[in-house]
Amino acid sequence: MTNKYSLISRLCHWLSAVLVLALFFVGIWMVELSYYDDWYQVAPTQHKNFGIILAALTIIRIVARFTSDKPAPIGEKWEQLTASITHKLMYLLLLTILISGYLISTASGKPILWFDWLPIPATIAYADTQADLAGDIHQYAAYVLIALVVLHVAGAIKHQLIDKKPLFKRMI
Amino acid sequence: MKKLLFTLATLVFAANTYAANYVIDDDNKGAHAFINFKIKHLGYSWLTGRFNRFSGSFEYDANKLADSSVQVTIDTSSIDSNHARRDKHLRSDDFLDVDKFPKATFVSTSIKVVNDNEFKIIGDLTLHGVTKQITIDAEKVGEGKDPWGGYRAGFAGTTEIALKDFAIEKDLGPASTHVILELHVEGMRK
Repeated sequence: MTNKYSLISRLCHWLSAVLVLALFFVGIWMVELSYYDDWYQVAPTQHKNFGIILAALTIIRIVARFTSDKPAPIGEKWEQLTASITHKLMYLLLLTILISGYLISTASGKPILWFDWLPIPATIAYADTQADLAGDIHQYAAYVLIALVVLHVAGAIKHQLIDKKPLFKRMI
Repeated sequence: MKKLLFTLATLVFAANTYAANYVIDDDNKGAHAFINFKIKHLGYSWLTGRFNRFSGSFEYDANKLADSSVQVTIDTSSIDSNHARRDKHLRSDDFLDVDKFPKATFVSTSIKVVNDNEFKIIGDLTLHGVTKQITIDAEKVGEGKDPWGGYRAGFAGTTEIALKDFAIEKDLGPASTHVILELHVEGMRK
């Protein structure tokens, strides 16, 4: 049994943490921009570009998580269970948000041009209102994910500071 | 003989004044009708789009144009400007708010004849929950038998509406406060 997560897992974890928070706040901010705002065009474009990076990281991360050793769970039984459910839900929500984001951007059957360079082809463009439904899912799943992030961070702080378990070492 | 002629004349006249009922050839039929719109983009070009789903009918008689009438119902969620994310935005509560106002309607109230082919359709447009009188400048394009045993009549019309008049307050800039509607309608006589 190892006492650290694998290097790939650790890297992906922290990059994802930064991206999830940045994308969340940019997302909330960009949908309220006025038509004449300097960021009106740039913000959604970059939201998509970095969203695709997060998608790649998430896929790598899920593969790494299930193919490499991980440290033994810590804390009480109920804490272990809560942590395990929270982790799985966060993966599930990440995938939901990433897929729905992709479906918004490709709703008319046109590809996303990643950083104006790599075309990410559209696969499903089923109806006029695909972007609306996918948009609602994208938004509400993001709220739930951030709620879970708060829980996740609270749990980590509790273990580290209150239970005095060397938790952060496993992830850095 | 005089009486007979008079009767015949009355009959012919009556037949002519009885406005025929037409159903608009919408996308559930042959789609020979179009509700297009255009609005200036920043004042530098025209952005055009259309509503893909609508239905309606009209009463029309070439000899009694003033007695004609038209009514159309538009499915607002069918707005199509060839750009999925813009269409999503147009359906949102910044613009059409299609969840709250899924239908737009136009019902004519009177026709003002300009000449044999041109006329003005005055009527109530209900859009975004607001009903306002508008005037459509219309012209007849043509009418006659179709090759499949039916009878058709077709018209073109334009009108301009202010977004503000219909409580659409999103600021698109000073060049983009009005929308021009371009209507192309063919009907099949019932």
